[in-house]
Amino acid sequence: MFDDRSPIYLQIAEQIKNDIVTGALAEDEQVMSTNQYAAFYRINPATAAKGFAQLVDEGVLYKKRGIGMFVSPNARDLLRTGRRDSFFADVVDPMIREAKAIGVPLKDVVQHIRRQIVSADSAPAARHSARHRAPARDGAGSPDAIYGDA
Amino acid sequence: MTYQTLHSTEPATEAGSALAARAENLSVRFAGVPALDRLDLRLAPGKIHGLLGRNGSGKSTLAAVLAGFRRPDEGRVLLEGGDLGTAVEPYENAVVTSRVCLIRESGDLVDAALVKHVLGLAASLRPYWDGDVAGELLDRFEVPTNKKVQKLSRGKRSALGVVLGLASRAPLTLFDETYLGMDVPSRNLFYDALLADYAEVPRTIVLSTHLVSEVSTMLEEVVILDDGRLVTQSPVDALRGRGASIVGPAAVVDEFTGGFTVLAEEKIGGTKSTTVLGDLDPALVAQARAAGLEIGPVGLQDLFVHLTSSGQGGRR
Repeated sequence: MFDDRSPIYLQIAEQIKNDIVTGALAEDEQVMSTNQYAAFYRINPATAAKGFAQLVDEGVLYKKRGIGMFVSPNARDLLRTGRRDSFFADVVDPMIREAKAIGVPLKDVVQHIRRQIVSADSAPAARHSARHRAPARDGAGSPDAIYGDA
Repeated sequence: MTYQTLHSTEPATEAGSALAARAENLSVRFAGVPALDRLDLRLAPGKIHGLLGRNGSGKSTLAAVLAGFRRPDEGRVLLEGGDLGTAVEPYENAVVTSRVCLIRESGDLVDAALVKHVLGLAASLRPYWDGDVAGELLDRFEVPTNKKVQKLSRGKRSALGVVLGLASRAPLTLFDETYLGMDVPSRNLFYDALLADYAEVPRTIVLSTHLVSEVSTMLEEVVILDDGRLVTQSPVDALRGRGASIVGPAAVVDEFTGGFTVLAEEKIGGTKSTTVLGDLDPALVAQARAAGLEIGPVGLQDLFVHLTSSGQGGRR
């Protein structure tokens, strides 16, 4: 789940961002409380809180007092824009380097991508399963079970 | 996995608030041999601290002094906060020791006593004892209460220690290698119960262990001891990513690592691998990579091994 080679709070923030980018966590959807998150992933609650606080600072999550934390309405756009800026440097360039190193002609790579374009047009991407969503509204673990439908 | 704790906004604080602890120039000697050597450290209240070190590093001695089980030979330890008022030394102070709970691997249990009597005694001595928590944990760990302590398996004895430690809800709770004989599912039960109860009643918790990778995500701070001395005390997340391994042609590696604290080095032919401690400047990293060096992060477990190997080459 987590590796011990980088701060856990950053890994938490990254995972939640990933879930937002893939659509597993929808905008205005409630995320787990820090204590739920800490219990679920067996991590220190203060570490979870730090990860969540970072996301609030970045505008990815927002707080509703006494209820919990939610995905910001523009979070997905915000994250996608940020990742698009570094996409070629972070993802494409290393791929090209690897292709050259192992002798895969770039025209084969381009051809592979072309085929993906065709199949992507015919089948839309499936919605990923949510990992960091708050428990279902009717569940015993729902914050509404304590705070009532405010 | 269930969500048992939903005190997400306002943590309950009905039990005495957490205790802070500090050691000042603390030394303990056994027959002249130092177990703790002029140790200075502070444990912030309300956090889960990891007390890490190899066997014989002084972890258990420190835990025993903090809990008032033994007197320091030099220096002192002080506990403060909660309902204690001013800072006090725990040794032979009944008010303090009722608020500090140390669970040692031995359990410190009366072998001939029935489990339920052990629990009854703890309930009478511990001001913040929670019988409901005890009952629930006994069920979960499947510890029989009508048996004598000596009839329990090693694992169940340890589980009873966990129950006593958590149900005491002591403002300072120390677990010293409590997991002895507990299998992986039982240890996971322990960790889950600890986090759940800590979320409900935040208090100062010290986990003394050498199973670093198993507990590291639950910790907020770590104290690393080696040979009775403090190696480092740090928020655990700050230690993650503080180490780096640099691999490449020996001369280039040496040039790069010149200004850093070197934790370990290894050479095979002309290739050298050096582990350093320190924050690497990203520009410097990019420059080094361009020069053909491989730079990677060092995990917490490896960092721990390097920090405590005492030049003995103590590897995993």
